[in-house]
Amino acid sequence: MNADLNGGSTISERLGATGTANALELKGVSKFFGALAALDDIDITVRPSERRAVLGSNGAGKTTLFNCVAGDFPATTGSIRFFGEDITQFPPHERIRRGLRRTYQISLLFTGLTVLDNIFLACVGVSRSRFSFLRPGRDDALMASAENLVRVVHLEDAKDEQVATLSYGQQRQLEIAIALAGAPRFILFDEPAAGLSPTERSELIEILIGLPAHMGFIIIEHDMDVALRVAESVSMMHNGRIFKEGSPAEIEDDPEVQALYLGGEDG
Amino acid sequence: MSVFDSTETSLVAPSEGQSWLERIPIAYWVVGLILLIMPAIAGDFMLFQIFGWTFILGLIALGLMFLGGYGGMVSLAQMSIAGVGGYMVAIFGVSAIDTISLGWPWYVAIPIALIIAMLFGTLTGWLAVRTEGIYTIMITLAIAAAFFYFARQNYVMFNGFSGFNGVLPPMLFGVDWRGPAAFYYLTLFWAALGYLVVLYISRAPFGLALQGVRDNPRRMSALGYNVTAHRVAAYTFAALLAAIGGILLTWQSAQISPGTAGIGPAIDILVIAVIGGMRHPVGPFIGAFIYVILKTYAIDALVTLGLAGERFQLLIGIAFLVIVFWSPDGIIGLWDRLREDRKRDPLTGRGGEGP
Repeated sequence: MNADLNGGSTISERLGATGTANALELKGVSKFFGALAALDDIDITVRPSERRAVLGSNGAGKTTLFNCVAGDFPATTGSIRFFGEDITQFPPHERIRRGLRRTYQISLLFTGLTVLDNIFLACVGVSRSRFSFLRPGRDDALMASAENLVRVVHLEDAKDEQVATLSYGQQRQLEIAIALAGAPRFILFDEPAAGLSPTERSELIEILIGLPAHMGFIIIEHDMDVALRVAESVSMMHNGRIFKEGSPAEIEDDPEVQALYLGGEDG
Repeated sequence: MSVFDSTETSLVAPSEGQSWLERIPIAYWVVGLILLIMPAIAGDFMLFQIFGWTFILGLIALGLMFLGGYGGMVSLAQMSIAGVGGYMVAIFGVSAIDTISLGWPWYVAIPIALIIAMLFGTLTGWLAVRTEGIYTIMITLAIAAAFFYFARQNYVMFNGFSGFNGVLPPMLFGVDWRGPAAFYYLTLFWAALGYLVVLYISRAPFGLALQGVRDNPRRMSALGYNVTAHRVAAYTFAALLAAIGGILLTWQSAQISPGTAGIGPAIDILVIAVIGGMRHPVGPFIGAFIYVILKTYAIDALVTLGLAGERFQLLIGIAFLVIVFWSPDGIIGLWDRLREDRKRDPLTGRGGEGP
């Protein structure tokens, strides 16, 4: 009953069912914390297989945007559509079960569990075995898909190690494996490269580029090099607004962007 | 967040060349054997009153350990749920109050009692999971108090103050299950089964996810888990344990009355779970044994010392304070610390087995 979870058929079936709808469609999304507008009337449209980078200084509202899309806290106004379905009012787990995934800037991993068990828990979360009282057997389909994800993020050697003993870079890789559990249709990566060494960074880029072509994502990234290598389009955020969208080349050459990034206004 | 502190490191045991039987620790064989041959050693009072009661209270507290230890939710309604189980067996089955009792056969009455108790537990959980910490304790205490007063004042169904007497276990296989040895094995069976099932579930997806919910509900939600539903389901399972315990408790004293599920007994279950320790399912049984011993012999001990016998609650209270001060995670915590100390290198003071 769980075998279909990682099969390609599920993804294409679901894509077929929703036709040509955009992966993500935000209309007029705002988020207020008291009087402070963390997000101010955001409109974003992302196609199903698109890979988009969101750039912006600290406090620009990038993580708030992710929190609204993933449902960690609800948007104050506006609507969010995921593959054509209005998910604005959905609790987080309903959004995740529809194929949306996110990673966290500060890893929220279960440090007392092994790498494999963390991924297994993520695979179970989007399956029907959530409430299973039975332990997984050795030929368990979910366990097999967890093993597979270990390979995808190059953590074979650390598979049975406790997460607490992993390096920071390995924990970031594990965070990505967890986001890939089940049948993700669209992923939100929140600064996956933050704090990584140059070697780890290139490994991360390799993992991101190596994702299946149909799998779109949005990546928040401070490092222009990482963002521009994995993304085909870029949204620039500032003070809770999106003020520029375009191809990586256009954004890099834009005088306004350069002014912001090379020490213009306050962050 | 190092809370998946089980000794097992992986879900699928690395069991090459070892059958599951060989992987059972030696301590289990020893304890299991002693418990099995106990009727040959111990007298009737020990079997029926001390061990029978220990297993029953342990089973009810086991549900609280499951909720508290794995789910991070402390409920004071476990004894009320046990009370519902006991009352329902008396109402649907046979008792001396034949104006109320329906007298249905045990194979109908017991499943109905279990189902109603689980529904009650689910409803309690559904209310309680909306709150956290001290508020969960308060709301479940309120439910326990409400049930106690309702049962005492309702004469149509619960027969008010006096409750039901003459509630006896069925004469299955021609055995009188209230005989000391038979009752011992009956309670031992359900206690052991409950213990093993909880131990098993702790590493199954449901138990793992429950521990995940306790440690990091936001993350679990972002993995696709319905955190509220998971918590409520934990209450339902804990209610099943309590209901079995409640039925056995009713059979042991052959009666059930509001006092069985009063505020005092409700708090006693928490005391039992805390004394034993909430980290491992063996804790509630250790706690129950200490509680039963104190409750049974404290009066004699006090009288011997020339003190008033009715002060036995004071002794239980002091024992509770001593254990909690000495080891906040109960007797199991004490045991773990002793074992670690033994492994420690006497010169460097470092643990013997790596991190």
